[in-house]
Amino acid sequence: MNEIFTNTGNKDTRSGFGAGLLEAGRKNPDIMALCADLTGSLKMDEFAKEFPDRFIQCGIAEANMIGTAAGLALSGKIPFAGSFANFLTGRVYDQVRQSVAYSDTNVKLCASHAGITLGEDGATHQIMEDIGLMRMLPNLTVINSCDYNQTKAATIAMADYPGPVYLRFGRPSVPNFTPADQKFEIGKALRMIEGKDVTIFATGHLVWESIVAAQELEKIGISVELINIHTIKPLDIKTVIESVAKTGAVVCAEEHLIAGGMGELVSGLLARKLPSPVEFVAVDDMFGQSGLPSELLKEYRLDSGSIVEAVKRVIVRK
Amino acid sequence: MVNMAGSGHPGGSLSSTDFLTALFFYELNHDPKKWTREGKGLDMFFLSAGHLTPVYYSILARSGYFPIQELAEFRKLGSRLQGHPSVERGLPGIHIASGSLGQGLSVAGGAAIAKRLNADKNFVYVLIGDGESEEGQIWEAALFAAQKKLDHLIVMTDWNGQQIDGPVSSILNLGDLDAKWRAFGWDCLVVDGHNMEAILNSFKWAKAGVGNGKPKMLLMKTEMGKGVDFMQGTNQWHGKAPNNEQTDRALSQLKETLGDF
Repeated sequence: MNEIFTNTGNKDTRSGFGAGLLEAGRKNPDIMALCADLTGSLKMDEFAKEFPDRFIQCGIAEANMIGTAAGLALSGKIPFAGSFANFLTGRVYDQVRQSVAYSDTNVKLCASHAGITLGEDGATHQIMEDIGLMRMLPNLTVINSCDYNQTKAATIAMADYPGPVYLRFGRPSVPNFTPADQKFEIGKALRMIEGKDVTIFATGHLVWESIVAAQELEKIGISVELINIHTIKPLDIKTVIESVAKTGAVVCAEEHLIAGGMGELVSGLLARKLPSPVEFVAVDDMFGQSGLPSELLKEYRLDSGSIVEAVKRVIVRK
Repeated sequence: MVNMAGSGHPGGSLSSTDFLTALFFYELNHDPKKWTREGKGLDMFFLSAGHLTPVYYSILARSGYFPIQELAEFRKLGSRLQGHPSVERGLPGIHIASGSLGQGLSVAGGAAIAKRLNADKNFVYVLIGDGESEEGQIWEAALFAAQKKLDHLIVMTDWNGQQIDGPVSSILNLGDLDAKWRAFGWDCLVVDGHNMEAILNSFKWAKAGVGNGKPKMLLMKTEMGKGVDFMQGTNQWHGKAPNNEQTDRALSQLKETLGDF
């Protein structure tokens, strides 16, 4: 393994979103931001301060916020509507379905506090179903970025990308390791590590956990190929198939339920094109609970150690 | 149309026909030739009560948005005239999909904000149903429009008092809608929704209030199935197609009708 990744310091991905929104907003006067009483949590404060006329406080009324964003979008604006992932998906599923996805309005759904690692607030505020809910909707692009830099780059990229997008990021500080100047290409998976024995497909901050796992596995002679699936929909089919054709074994790692997650998506593709053994590092049919992010990653077996174990399990199935 | 399709919603279409006709043929600043989905430089109309496609498509066709003959495609496979409005096949006149109730007023609020930001002085009109007003999102949007002072937003409620399962008053009573909208910070007027002069005056009243910071609600008192004796005043024809004999009987009662297409 020749690739070297340096954590330049832990940062929250939501701050990457806030920085990206501000930068995109400075470039394009059509960009607007909407929030449902969570401006600080979404890191939209600076945008709101600099562009008060282009920031819309919607109050605790998410359904109306989605409709408002759709109305702005069809009028030619580029609205970024932000809330916690839970309140931007399940709570407003029908609004997203009819006014955004089916109507193909250029709304950017910006979902913070995704997954389980928002931590202490517990299961009412956590969501591990959102990727599944959103990727089922036709027309909707689904992105789950891995660190601060990539979330910032993804935010900027989707401003120029026509059509509705769901961007998923989180609250906890996680390693920031992708290059600050790396351009974000929607729909193009990134090969982070080249290897030959097994492919790990990872999304979100589990990409970092997978890097740590790959380093551990190298010590015992297992060569890992790591692919960062930052765009879950549309899936980069070519990259997935090419890698699995080489390695013949797969681990999918994500902070999400197995049901509806990126792993199921990849498995479905492989079942049709290239049947291969797959192991999941994801949560199996249960809700989360309160706890520190680090404790929750261990408790729900989403840490690097769990990825190492999954690789060992899948290798023997080759 | 509904007879030919074998399904659809005649009841609410007939209750809203008078004031929608008045809006499109006497009041709305629109032009089918200049229409775009973005709606810049023209008034915009949103049908939040998406099931009223029979009257809406009929008015759009007769305004010149698409050929009248295309009404025969209503609800047919591959048609631009979907059972509920859709933008997928690019039917002129439709800004957004509707049908799942309660969403159109929010969308119109966004469009109204965009008009203000673009210094576009045109109006945004919306039609909602009274039954639809049981949806919580309507009241989220009501708070929002008042908060943002969207005084160029003019909403009509087709207050026909009926919904699928029966009279609104016995299903989920909306009570005094006039008092409710006023309490939410709107200018509100109760209008005889079958009296042309009253309808046209109500639009003038709404427009005269631009600049006062309050969104406008026109509560159109109507009768479901208006103009057809066996459909009038009952919820039975909310979502049911008349057979051939009933269609002939209905058309013979509507002297001003253009005949069907």
